[in-house]
Amino acid sequence: MLFFIGLGLYDEKDISIRGLETIRAADEVYAEFYTSHLIGASVQDLEKIYGKKVNILSRNEVEENPSWLINAKDMDLAFLVGGDPMISTTHLDLRLRAIEMGIKTRVIHSSSIVTAISGLTGLQNYRFSRSTTIPFPYTSRGNRVVPETPYNVLKENLERNLHTMLFLDIEDTRYMTINEGATLLLETAESFDDESLKDQLSIGIARAGSEQATIKADILENLRKFDFGDPLHFLIVPAKLHFMEARALLVLAEAPQDVTDKAIY
Amino acid sequence: MGKRKKIAERVTTLMDKPERIRNIGIVAHIDHGKTTLSDNLLAGAGMISMDLAGRQLFMDFDPLEQTRGITIDAANVSMVHEVNGQEYLINMIDTPGHVDFGGDVTRSMRAVDGAVVVVDAVEGAMPQTETVLRQAIREGVRPVLFINKVDRMINELRVEKKEMAVRLGKVIDNINNLIRNMDEEKYNAGWRMDAAVGSVTFGSALYNWAISVPMMKKTGIGFDQVYDHCKSESMKELADKCPLYIAVNDMVVKFLPSPSEAQKDRVKVIWHGDWDSPVGKAMATCDPTGPVAFMITKIKIDPHAGEIATGRLFSGTLARGMELYVSGVANTNRVQSTGIMMGAERVEVDSILAGNIAAVTGLRDAMVGSTVTTDAGMTAFEQIKHVSEPVMTVAVEAKNTRDLPKLVEVLRQVAKEDPTLQININEETGEHLMAGMGELHLDIVTTRIQRDKGVELKTSPPIVVYRESIIGEAGPVEGKSPNHHNRFYIELEPLKPGVVEALKAGQINMKMDELARRNILIDKGMDKGEAKNLAGIYGSNLFLNMTKGVQYLKETMELILEGFEESLRNGPIAREPAQGVKAKLVDVKLHEDAIHRGPAQVIPAVRQAMQAGILMAEPALLEPFQNVFIQVPQDQMSGAMSEIQGRRGMILSMETQGDMIMLKSKMPVSQMFGFAGAIRSATEGRALWSTEFAGFEPLPPNLMLETVREIRTRKGLKPEMPKPSDYLKAA
Ligand SMILES: Nc1nc2c(ncn2[C@@H]2O[C@H](COP(=O)(O)OP(=O)(O)O)[C@@H](O)[C@H]2O)c(=O)[nH]1
Repeated sequence: MLFFIGLGLYDEKDISIRGLETIRAADEVYAEFYTSHLIGASVQDLEKIYGKKVNILSRNEVEENPSWLINAKDMDLAFLVGGDPMISTTHLDLRLRAIEMGIKTRVIHSSSIVTAISGLTGLQNYRFSRSTTIPFPYTSRGNRVVPETPYNVLKENLERNLHTMLFLDIEDTRYMTINEGATLLLETAESFDDESLKDQLSIGIARAGSEQATIKADILENLRKFDFGDPLHFLIVPAKLHFMEARALLVLAEAPQDVTDKAIY
Repeated sequence: MGKRKKIAERVTTLMDKPERIRNIGIVAHIDHGKTTLSDNLLAGAGMISMDLAGRQLFMDFDPLEQTRGITIDAANVSMVHEVNGQEYLINMIDTPGHVDFGGDVTRSMRAVDGAVVVVDAVEGAMPQTETVLRQAIREGVRPVLFINKVDRMINELRVEKKEMAVRLGKVIDNINNLIRNMDEEKYNAGWRMDAAVGSVTFGSALYNWAISVPMMKKTGIGFDQVYDHCKSESMKELADKCPLYIAVNDMVVKFLPSPSEAQKDRVKVIWHGDWDSPVGKAMATCDPTGPVAFMITKIKIDPHAGEIATGRLFSGTLARGMELYVSGVANTNRVQSTGIMMGAERVEVDSILAGNIAAVTGLRDAMVGSTVTTDAGMTAFEQIKHVSEPVMTVAVEAKNTRDLPKLVEVLRQVAKEDPTLQININEETGEHLMAGMGELHLDIVTTRIQRDKGVELKTSPPIVVYRESIIGEAGPVEGKSPNHHNRFYIELEPLKPGVVEALKAGQINMKMDELARRNILIDKGMDKGEAKNLAGIYGSNLFLNMTKGVQYLKETMELILEGFEESLRNGPIAREPAQGVKAKLVDVKLHEDAIHRGPAQVIPAVRQAMQAGILMAEPALLEPFQNVFIQVPQDQMSGAMSEIQGRRGMILSMETQGDMIMLKSKMPVSQMFGFAGAIRSATEGRALWSTEFAGFEPLPPNLMLETVREIRTRKGLKPEMPKPSDYLKAA
């Protein structure tokens, strides 16, 4: 049996009791931290609370050569993922492969940034549209490439008056900051001669789920310079605001009054 | 020295009169007398003594060249010549004669407007005569003819007095046939060699005399007198009456165009920018007040002056202190000095005007082929494409570990100086690869690195460069990204030979006008629908995007092309470069979010589909061939023949000329090792031979497997020929 277990938002204490019990009863425990990182806990912290060794898997061992999977045929394996285990699409592939191999699977959910957003900001859940990720730019054939998808998704959503969640890229131990993400969005906007994004109300969230979470709403141009501190960072670009949402941002996210006033519909 | 300074002064007074300038090259088959002729011209200009002409080998100033007796570097000389009381400035650019250095010849052609083609009266047009003539004509460089070694024709071949004109006429006819076949339009427009008007000169460079029909009329000296002088060994007298340098320079001044006359057409061949732009107009009219447009044709590292960039100034004026843009580099370079070349020496002058050949220091970012300009937005000159491709590689290492960093530096420098050389630097292993035009070429480069740059080298024995390709079709082959969320479907088939040729000749690139590119492809036999969908070119391989309206494909294309290129740079058969592959992207499935279709996902997916696809499409290993021309006395012919046949060679033609046999054969480069020694002993040292690049051809199947095994073992790969499944990851 293979259990996909969500670890929740921030540290070793965000797991569900069901999740914890399953881990303690499991024969082997694996974890991947390349899609999202449990920022508030080290592997030792986890092992201590589980009383078990945790094997960390590389991207290759999850996506291309999951040789460990076979053990789930006659043992109970716990596969740990930060946040909720099925938000990162790669794990669906792993689950389907396991099922094809005749392995029973089960998902034990936990909270993820996606479900925490409404609580952190007051933005209403039913007004969110497609989410997107801002990747680090890369160099290909001598050209610097900044993918346009995040900008395009954002613009589409804004046109339909819906909020957008923007995940920020993680590469090994390099975490994209809100400053970097905002800069990349504005760079793409500029290549489309779009000046409007600079004044767009946006919300940056750092260390969601922790005691020291930072939530700040302002225009994108200002978020680009705001110091959010340690990772993980997350960015939201809301559409026009419901008056309740506007009130919430003033209180929960220190939004400047003139900015929210302009954003109300 | 003082003498040279004086010449430099006369040169500078002529530099601002473009109609009085001739920029010329001298081209010839090896040993036909180019060097001796050049010395005559220099002696005529007072730069060396006439007695030394033909002996001093002034142009071959590199001691390495002198010991080997061949010219490798194109050196430049400016000189003054007087016709009818008027002075003319002749800028002569020496061009190498050995075919291993074909790239240099093309480059020097770019700087000149006319060429003196030297042909041995006894041998007539030889293979390299044809090659250099073709290069000249393709570059729009106008030729005149100098038939050399007329003394040999009389004294060695014993041609009778009355036969002389007929024999020389035959040589001219031959050359004219070549020109007509290469470009009939130009031939009819006056590029035909015509002895009657004087675009042909006959003479003997070794004995310093020459004559043309107009000169015969003026001096009263005809073939009869020439014959008598040669027979009676009184050629010195003939040289006094008809000095070679006067005959040849008269011909140059009269028949070769000045820059102001030539540039309008010349520049069209090498520049494809906007003709109505300021720089376009300035180049067409050779305007010294226009923007600077300077093309670098040679870089030489001088121990004192540093890097000297030599080239042709097509418009504007160069002077010290100017800030110039070098193509491909954002920052400007400051000109430190401007000068003209006198063989190995550079003489500084204050400024250089449009139409001249300039030697400039301070352009540290310039490479051979660079465009240097005051106009930041100027379209660069066409890159020089080489007729020959590198066929051999050596691995070089520094003998002493302390030289390791210096070697990397030196190799980068050498690559700057000689673009026919391909350098592959591997800082991790310290074992760098150097690919060149042949054994001799690589040998000379390594000797120079040790001698001039003071780095002692360890070199591996030279290795033949192979190519991978396909004969059949395959696909659609599915390539999956490691995360399994993206799929690419690619079909493969061989490109038509015409398309491959056009690619190798550099006729097609992604920067040119799309419609023009499409028309060339269709003209070379490509389907219209395919030509329209060209998305990328790598070497002589094409990538076509046959999909329609796939979302996110645009921002993924760079990565797809990178995967395509990676698979071809190190092909799947034995990690040799691939050629002649047409890859068609027929379908794509992409993940919604950009993060799941980044470089780590897309590049391997496309690469694997390409690698497996090549192996499914009847993969072939191609080996380089060289044409080998051998001239050998009849009684030694069998020795030469068995040397050819023993090396998988083919005889292409055989002609008798007097008591000599001219053999044209073709041989795989892999079989050429040690040929020089072998042919010498097989013919008692009586064979003369030369080689020329003859393209790549598939290895016969039995040899292919064996060769693949050899290459793979050498590279530390699993020796067996790989299978498609080795590249397609099990899903
Ligand atoms: N008999 C004779 N020999 C010549 C003449 N011109 C050059 N040579 C000889 O031909 C050989 C090759 O000449 P060179 O100028 O080095 O030829 P390159 O390879 O074309 O530069 C040398 O041995 C010259 O001395 C000539 O007019 N008559």
